[in-house]
Amino acid sequence: MSLQLDAVGLVHANGHRALRTVSLALNQGERTAVIGPSGAGKTTLVRVLGTSLRPTEGRVAIAGVDPWRLSASELRRLRSRIGVVHQSPPIPPRLRVVTAVLAGRLGTWPTWKALASLVVPGDIAGARSALAPLDLADRVFDRCDRLSGGQLQRVGIARVLYQRPDLILADEPVSALDPALADEAVGALVAASEANRATLVASLHAVDLALKWFPRLVGMKNGEVVFDRPTAAVTSAMLHELYATEGRTLPTQGVEEGDDDMRAGNVLMLKRPGCQ
Amino acid sequence: MSTAAHPLATTTVAARDPAARGRLTALVLGLVVLWPLLALAEFHPWALFGSDNLQVMANFLAGFLPLSTAADFLALLGKATLETLAIATAGISLAFVIAAPLAVLATRSLAVARIGPGPGGIRGAAARTVVRGVLTALRSVPEVVWALVFVRALGLGPGAGVLALAVTYGGMLGKVYTEILESGDTRPARALLEAGSGRLGALFYALVPGTAQELASYTVYRWECAVRASVVMGFVGAGGLGQLMDQSMKMLNGGEASTILLTFLALVILADAISVVVRKVLA
Repeated sequence: MSLQLDAVGLVHANGHRALRTVSLALNQGERTAVIGPSGAGKTTLVRVLGTSLRPTEGRVAIAGVDPWRLSASELRRLRSRIGVVHQSPPIPPRLRVVTAVLAGRLGTWPTWKALASLVVPGDIAGARSALAPLDLADRVFDRCDRLSGGQLQRVGIARVLYQRPDLILADEPVSALDPALADEAVGALVAASEANRATLVASLHAVDLALKWFPRLVGMKNGEVVFDRPTAAVTSAMLHELYATEGRTLPTQGVEEGDDDMRAGNVLMLKRPGCQ
Repeated sequence: MSTAAHPLATTTVAARDPAARGRLTALVLGLVVLWPLLALAEFHPWALFGSDNLQVMANFLAGFLPLSTAADFLALLGKATLETLAIATAGISLAFVIAAPLAVLATRSLAVARIGPGPGGIRGAAARTVVRGVLTALRSVPEVVWALVFVRALGLGPGAGVLALAVTYGGMLGKVYTEILESGDTRPARALLEAGSGRLGALFYALVPGTAQELASYTVYRWECAVRASVVMGFVGAGGLGQLMDQSMKMLNGGEASTILLTFLALVILADAISVVVRKVLA
């Protein structure tokens, strides 16, 4: 699914301006990480792309059409092709893992199937195979309130894997995971995007994950796009400039190993297979 | 975060708690409004303890003892109790059938057009206002009035009581279901709607799992209220324990009346036990 933002601005209802003149274009199947300090507007950008926020200024085109000019049923069909991984997984604690994952296809299932699946899960094998790359296949019949925060976040990812959307949006999808699991989870999202030719936009707090998995980086600060270029062309100076308000070190997953490199100001020493 | 560090922030941080003045005003306003209301309602609790009044009440209550345990009365009581339970259960079931779809229509967190806002927002808001109006109309007429109306149409007997309960309690259940559904965590429902889910999918996969306990416990509580309400409706001929109570009171048989009251106590305890079990099952 292709994406296009044209000078998009957004002011929240409380008067807070979250985005200003953001322009961005992604082709189908392209993978981009959005990085930047906290409060930069990353979440708002993801929500605008996911048609959950309507921009105050500018134009949005998802798969070539303005979602806000569609009829209610067309918009619903478009939304069923968009999968969002939320930072805090919006899953009721009483739900079982299998139900939480199967909910990913509610946009395409007829109502009778959705209701029947509450009594007898409609696609246990499908739920299992969505959970497998996240190491959770054995928890398929557990209740979500028995999972840890990190496990629940991975169930949220599994839901989107099961949905098999044409556009995967991930808002800090691995914020509750340790470095090894975070790497695995981002890898699973990238694999899903490769398998279905789905466009993938992920906002990430950890710069090293963005550098490792994404061929394109968008840096955001104060609601504006600061840079937008191939990962190979992003320099250490640009990253330090981006995070200047958050101190001298860059936020990463592997803080222990990366510490020395960062003190030397040499963040691009962080592992980047395919870019070295 | 200070304003200087964040050039996009448009507000400055107040030095004092900005909510404090509003709270104090509300407190004072509450007292000012409540005091005249108490005076208007002739609320004089101390009058209860005047020596004359205590004597009068004691004489009145003494008439209720001893309990009546005559076999033929107990047989009547058993039949009336079953009838009351049947009226309350049938009434609540019908009320649920009325309330559930209306509540689903009235719940704002299930309105997909509010996201964005997207297409159909005005129509949706209008529909919700109409549904809320219907719910208000249903519950604003007391069940005993409905019972009087239905007794005219259906004749004396439990049928009128069932319909009266269904109408009034349908309105109450619908309103409170809506409020329970809106007061839980609404993010799961919104996330599903944003992924193209329909209204019922979002209801059953996101809202009901989080609120099932509250919904069930309020429904059981309303069933308990229906048991009690059937007394009042019995007075207008809608059957059950109420009709029996009416006869006993008219014959000035205090013993029978207090046996009936004890039966009520047992029924309320039963409702409580059901509620505990249901909540445990849904926990």
